Amino acid sequence: MIASAFEYHKPDTVDGVVSLLSKWGDDARVIAGGHSLIPVMKQRMTDISHLIDLGGIAELKGISIDGDKINIGAMTTQHELIASEALAKAAPLIREASLQIADPQVRYLGTIGGNVANGDPANDMPGLMQTLDATYYLTGPGGSREVKARDFYEAAYFTAREDEEILTAISFAKPSGGFAYEKQKRKIGDYATAAAGVMITIEGGKCKAASVALTNLSDTPVYCAAAVDALVGSSLDDATIKTAVKAAVDASDPVADTRGPVDFKKHVAGVIVKKAITSAVARA
Amino acid sequence: MGKTHLKMTVNGKEVELLTEPRQLLIHVLREDLNLTGAHIGCESSHCGACTVDMNGMSIKSCTVFAAQAQDAEITTIEGLGSSDGLHVLQEMFKEHHGLQCGYCTPGMITRAHRLLQENSNPTEEEVRFGISGNLCRCTGYQNIVKAILAAAAKMNEVKESA
Amino acid sequence: MNESTPPKEERMAALSGLGTSRKRVEDARFTQGKGNYVDDMKMPGMLFGDFVRSPYAHARIKSINTEAALALPGVHAVLTAADLEPLGLHWMPTLAGDKQMVLADGKVLFQGQEVAYVVADDRYIADDGIQAVVVEYEELPVLVDPFKAELDDAPVLREDIADQSEGAHGPRRHPNHIFTWESGDRAATEAVLSEAEVVAEEMIYYHRTHPCPLETCGCVASMDKVNGKLTVWGTFQAPHAVRTVASLISGIAEHNIRIVSPDIGGGFGNKVGVYPGYICAIVASIVTGVPVKWVEDRMDNLMATAFARDYWMHGKISATKEGKITGLWCHTTADHGAFDACADPTKFPAGFMNICTGSYDIPTAYLAVDGIYTNKAPGGVAYRCSFRVTEAAYFIERMIEVLAIKLGMDAADLRVKNFIQKDQFPYQSALGWEYDSGDYHTAWSKALAAVDYEGLRAEQAERLAAFNRGETRKLIGIGLSHFTEIVGAGPVKNCDILGLGMFDSCEIRIHPTGSAIARLGTISQGQGHATTFAQILASEIGIPAEDITLEEGDTDTAPYGLGTYGSRSTPVAGAATAMAGRKIRAKAQMIAAYLLEVHDNDVEWDVDRFVVKGAPERFKTMKEIAFASYSQAIPGVEPGLEAVSYYDPPNMTYPFGAYICVMEIDTDTGTTEIRQFYALDDCGTRINPMIIEGQVHGGLTEALAIALGQEIAYDEQGNVTTGTLMDFFIPTAWETPNYQTDFTETPSPHHPIGAKGVGESPNVGGVPAFSNAVHDAFKSFGLTQSHMPHDHWRIWKIANSLGLHD
Repeated sequence: MIASAFEYHKPDTVDGVVSLLSKWGDDARVIAGGHSLIPVMKQRMTDISHLIDLGGIAELKGISIDGDKINIGAMTTQHELIASEALAKAAPLIREASLQIADPQVRYLGTIGGNVANGDPANDMPGLMQTLDATYYLTGPGGSREVKARDFYEAAYFTAREDEEILTAISFAKPSGGFAYEKQKRKIGDYATAAAGVMITIEGGKCKAASVALTNLSDTPVYCAAAVDALVGSSLDDATIKTAVKAAVDASDPVADTRGPVDFKKHVAGVIVKKAITSAVARA
Repeated sequence: MGKTHLKMTVNGKEVELLTEPRQLLIHVLREDLNLTGAHIGCESSHCGACTVDMNGMSIKSCTVFAAQAQDAEITTIEGLGSSDGLHVLQEMFKEHHGLQCGYCTPGMITRAHRLLQENSNPTEEEVRFGISGNLCRCTGYQNIVKAILAAAAKMNEVKESA
Repeated sequence: MNESTPPKEERMAALSGLGTSRKRVEDARFTQGKGNYVDDMKMPGMLFGDFVRSPYAHARIKSINTEAALALPGVHAVLTAADLEPLGLHWMPTLAGDKQMVLADGKVLFQGQEVAYVVADDRYIADDGIQAVVVEYEELPVLVDPFKAELDDAPVLREDIADQSEGAHGPRRHPNHIFTWESGDRAATEAVLSEAEVVAEEMIYYHRTHPCPLETCGCVASMDKVNGKLTVWGTFQAPHAVRTVASLISGIAEHNIRIVSPDIGGGFGNKVGVYPGYICAIVASIVTGVPVKWVEDRMDNLMATAFARDYWMHGKISATKEGKITGLWCHTTADHGAFDACADPTKFPAGFMNICTGSYDIPTAYLAVDGIYTNKAPGGVAYRCSFRVTEAAYFIERMIEVLAIKLGMDAADLRVKNFIQKDQFPYQSALGWEYDSGDYHTAWSKALAAVDYEGLRAEQAERLAAFNRGETRKLIGIGLSHFTEIVGAGPVKNCDILGLGMFDSCEIRIHPTGSAIARLGTISQGQGHATTFAQILASEIGIPAEDITLEEGDTDTAPYGLGTYGSRSTPVAGAATAMAGRKIRAKAQMIAAYLLEVHDNDVEWDVDRFVVKGAPERFKTMKEIAFASYSQAIPGVEPGLEAVSYYDPPNMTYPFGAYICVMEIDTDTGTTEIRQFYALDDCGTRINPMIIEGQVHGGLTEALAIALGQEIAYDEQGNVTTGTLMDFFIPTAWETPNYQTDFTETPSPHHPIGAKGVGESPNVGGVPAFSNAVHDAFKSFGLTQSHMPHDHWRIWKIANSLGLHD
């Protein structure tokens, strides 16, 4: 398991990355934490002649909480997300989910940007970002633009990001209300058999706002608008939750793999979504 | 695609060598620097046998290109303890039979070392979660967990008496 | 002098002999990263070799083009079967009497099969070379289901032996059939079954898995053309056997071959076999004149070397209405993959599967095993197992549960009713084994009491009621297992590997100053031999364990032995060690008597010295005796103090144990949690309790992995779908429970120190305990059998098929 030879670049600005991407096109790839890319390179499943390391760009790192808005640089690692007390206070859902990703060593290097940008449906952060209704900031030769996490994913490994663009940051409004990220996996280090992020705000005994998104239950993360519609305005009674769970399961489209067949995954999806809703309601 | 200069500080010593960018950190450590303590178990970042400390982080050196380690501060198992004695963790692994074939041990101890830097008084659950990136095929972990908890207690004792 | 003699207890403690939890001497090295594993080796000019492997499970090779690879700077050679053929090394004999392609000869028979071998400056260039080799394949129909192997339209896999009606183990009835092996009395058993009051019948599958030690297989071969000597350092669980086999197939004289096993990073059976990687490294070293290293990567390891199990065991068990077992019948379909490379004693093509009557007094039994070729990797090794005893134990412990259901009896009671009684030992089993010793009732009642079995059953019933009322979705499973192992292969009269008798050996040299070195024919892979064998010796010869160096694994220095696997080190080499120690002591007695000026019979052994009978103040310590043996001319006694023992065990040993697993099972998600695991082991005399406990923890964790998820799975095209450690289940510290260990001690009557071996017991007994817990949880809903591994989706499927979901 040895990668084929490549040239290594480590620019110190985003513009530097973009110009390299523009120059080398398809032959170039950016590397963040590397824990998705390097294993694939070692198996020679991808051919990359130019590897552009984002590790040297200071502006891509860091968490800032500005009033109601949270901004996270793409190169912020999962370990840093977990370690940040300020973030844990402002958006505890992030820590809850991050602790369920991979293992300690991988979390030291794995970044939020890498996790959301590579389009692997098994990654946890994309579903989480859809739950949070996050915005992704992309920079390319034509400048910068924003794409909502809920609009970003097109198919497995296909996203709204153009080849010459990089994802620089993520922002989202400071969440309120209850939350949960529930994940079933075979063991630590595994991807989800099924996972779901949920946020619920309750006002006057009624669900004022809600968000439900799924991980690894389709070829993209799935934002469950129908489940949200069912929840919002309701008193979150059992029948409503049941309807919402069914809506979420209906929105899922898992494939069979070593984790199990489709009927099993759909069933677990229902269990997980229900757990997440119940837990979010309890915390709201 | 020639070789490039790689500078790192490994176990407190500055090293400089020529590497291909695609060379993995684990191979640089083992083959260029003869630090064979960290091992290769799975090559896909699942087993943790290759764990070393890089810039204060436990990392799996089979999934880091040498080029990414430019200017890094690396500690391997060879950098723990000293020539005249075992590190407390090494001692406790021996005391509590926390190893059998020894293959996972360097990565496991290096990881445990970082864990105790970050959490000097962990619960059993925190130890189990904290070493969950390191696989062991021999021990069933029970004595490893015991050894790490014992090492934490010892290290705290020393701290208190200081 | 008398005053200066410390009390007996103090002197015994100073030896750290039998029964002490001596800390391991290996650990200072390993904890500091100073182990010496094969991939740590570097030699001047050393090259690296690696394989082009087949992406297909069954295909004809139309061409192999190595030009582009050879053109790469740093690539020295690319070997194919055509290059090996003139040397007669394109095929090699397997341990099971079959032969296996070293490099693909015209076709490939499993995914990951070795096709060509690229030798390059280093592993990076070797991998570049592999990518540059162009192989043209023509895909052939794939056979993955052993039950379809003998159908009319089944593809013929082994064209090389398609027309041979006789194999290494008797007649073959089809080109894809390897052997039929029978044990016991078929007619009598079928008669018992047909007349029985109760018969339970079930198909029990023990799925294909893999030992997967953390260190993969590898070697460094170095042919020294100046002195004609070949040295191979490698991951060998049986270095001497490798030397003999290497000599026989290469034609190099055996004295010119040196095999060395350095530190081994876990074996579990994976490192018993001889693999194409070893052969190719040797050939490459001969061709290039420099050392060549080969180390497989993890995917290679899981795909190509040493699968384990894959036994379909069709069983019938009969009993009286009261639950007295009258007969056992088993037909096993054994999926051996593309070549029969099982590591079993020659006369046992299905290993010790005929220990499948287990811990029970079953008067009549019959076993047949059919070996079948499929398009899967060869292997069939004993993964933490003594030659198929894991399959046998799983089979009988499942059949007991199935019978209990049929009888409406508690499975613990059914076991008690049928255990071999203490006074029946030595016990002659219906399938031909003589169990050496046991006390199953004592162990079993101790186990039941320790977990409060009655209380657990009551709690389980309450939970079930709550489940049925809709108050919980979780069930409790109580998994019982009482296993009997058969280890310590074995008596030369019936146990050999490729004709080499399965004795083992120990050679001891006492130095003039009273310390010693002992060399053995075994090789530790984590078992701590350097610690425990020194303990055996310490007790035998009165020299402190810390003064005894243990050395294994170098065929130039160690006495000939058959290696370490099948829990044979303690029963066989441990016995040799004790016997060699006794030879030392016998000579020491003569020296002591001479020095004390009394008759040989007038001195007696006292911990670490010989004492004149009736005059305890007159003695000679072993230290004094050792010095005298080198410094004095003693009439009739040769100088020096050395001994060697080759031990041919009179019988196997039969460790046993009682395991109980309490499991919480979520019927909706299929997830499980081990709430309690109690393991009582009886391995006879206990040499080092600390090490025994460590072996039990480790073996149970491997059992947990196997029972709850670990498998080598293939899709219909013969692709391995579990090729990385994400999909091949190895639990982390997070998924692994704490275990509660316990013991009884029933010594083996025929072993010099009464020890039986323990390394494999927890795997053998653990798998049925975990699996029975899963089955037990669903028993009241009508489940009798569901195949392992019990991963989340398969458990969910059980619940689903029993109508437990809305």
